Amino acid sequence: MSAPGTELLKTPLHALHVDLGARMVPFAGYSMPVQYPAGLIAEHRHVREAAGLFDVSHMGQVKLVGADAAAALESLMPVDVMSLGVDKQRYGLLLTDQGTIIDDLMFVNFGDPAARTGEALPRAAGEREGPQLFLIVNGACKAGDIAHMQARIGERCQVLPMPERALLALQGPKAVDALKRLVPGVEQLVFMTGGAFGWNGTDLYITRSGYTGEDGFEISIHESQAEAFARALLAQPEVAPIGLGARNSLRLEAGLCLYGNDIDTTTTPIEAGLNWAIQKVRRTGGERAGGFPGADKVLPFMQDAAGNPAAQKVARKRVALMGKERVPVREHVELQNADGQKIGETTSGLLGPSIDQPIAMGYVSPEYAAVGTPVFALVRGKQIPMEVAATPFVPNRYHRG
Amino acid sequence: MTVKYSEDHEWIKVEGDIATVGITQHAQDALGDVVFVELPEVGKTYAQKDTAGVVESVKAAADVYMPVSGEIVEINQALADEPSLANSDPMGAGWFFKVKLSDASQLDALMDEAAYKAFAA
Repeated sequence: MSAPGTELLKTPLHALHVDLGARMVPFAGYSMPVQYPAGLIAEHRHVREAAGLFDVSHMGQVKLVGADAAAALESLMPVDVMSLGVDKQRYGLLLTDQGTIIDDLMFVNFGDPAARTGEALPRAAGEREGPQLFLIVNGACKAGDIAHMQARIGERCQVLPMPERALLALQGPKAVDALKRLVPGVEQLVFMTGGAFGWNGTDLYITRSGYTGEDGFEISIHESQAEAFARALLAQPEVAPIGLGARNSLRLEAGLCLYGNDIDTTTTPIEAGLNWAIQKVRRTGGERAGGFPGADKVLPFMQDAAGNPAAQKVARKRVALMGKERVPVREHVELQNADGQKIGETTSGLLGPSIDQPIAMGYVSPEYAAVGTPVFALVRGKQIPMEVAATPFVPNRYHRG
Repeated sequence: MTVKYSEDHEWIKVEGDIATVGITQHAQDALGDVVFVELPEVGKTYAQKDTAGVVESVKAAADVYMPVSGEIVEINQALADEPSLANSDPMGAGWFFKVKLSDASQLDALMDEAAYKAFAA
């Protein structure tokens, strides 16, 4: 977050956004496009039907370099980092000593560059020899994440921010058709894998992943080539520019958490229902059980490595909610039971443009967390009926190969 | 027939002692795609500046304020059924409600088109 009066940062695509007629808003300290002239709903639908280009260059790209990097990162996250294969991608969570969430991130094992063939990997200034992990963290959290990693594991591996890299996301069922014309070979990637590619003499690192529930890619590119590459993508017939507004509605329909809304330093991974992100090897009884910040606040609340039930129960759980009426239910809306007693609060909410119904996420007492449970949102003093829903609201269409 | 504008980005078109109220082109543009409106009850009386309705886009919700005091005599059911009319025709088919003025002198303090354009710029 930027302090009032602080000048907003610009991404390498800022001039392009302005050219395209985007409405620019402050976001994570950057001036970012919230929507283009087509508007949020048209942009949202375009991603579900064709392909949309997002500028997500505000996000942080960071390398961890050194033989001990994977073990070091495991000391900060309840996640299996060490057995992740080269060019494989995984979701991770940095935790506080209370087991609450500092940030959520995606990481890729780059392996040892000396052992790789083919296109070059992105380089970070000052990197030494040895295996590398490549992390993508939230824009609003990146300064804090980097400081946290420097402080906690900076002596075990290099922590190298890569501010010279832009990040583009190309999402939608036709993303592969558009991208493979410019970068042949990307069609061979499957969901949650990546690879080094080249375009116009510049290196690209591309993963098949995203934040919309659709098939798609995230592309790391040097800032000097970012606008030219974005314009080349926009010249493809399938591709339209998409703002942060549609990014939010797409991710909520896909049932994905937004850091700062649905998860933060007051929520644990178990309260947030992110148990799937904690592999068995890090759970109680697992080969590398615990050994991450707040493990005692996390592991007793979940199934252990052998599948035994949790020893303790969390006080609240994240749920997805679907509205029974058309009234949109937004973030920080009180949730009640039929008797009007407060049972929780929403953390995100909007009218889903594809599902055409109000959808939300929030936290409730565990007895109200089962799918199908009726709950009520208090909107302008009135109880609006909702139901606990399964996610995703809109089926995922990831390319798993 | 006069059209006046409020600082809360409503327009009000006066014909006799009945006035039609909606949101301005500038307001609909700032909100983005409107997906929901809540209209007042016919027969209810409001004071100037009272909240008389709600207009919501995918991302944002905004109150609709009474630009003048008076009684609601008609609401635009077509808008409730198709909220995107507030985007496509905010000054026409996207009107919100009609109000019977209780104090026509309140109109004098509202902006004319030129003043509103300068205000919203």
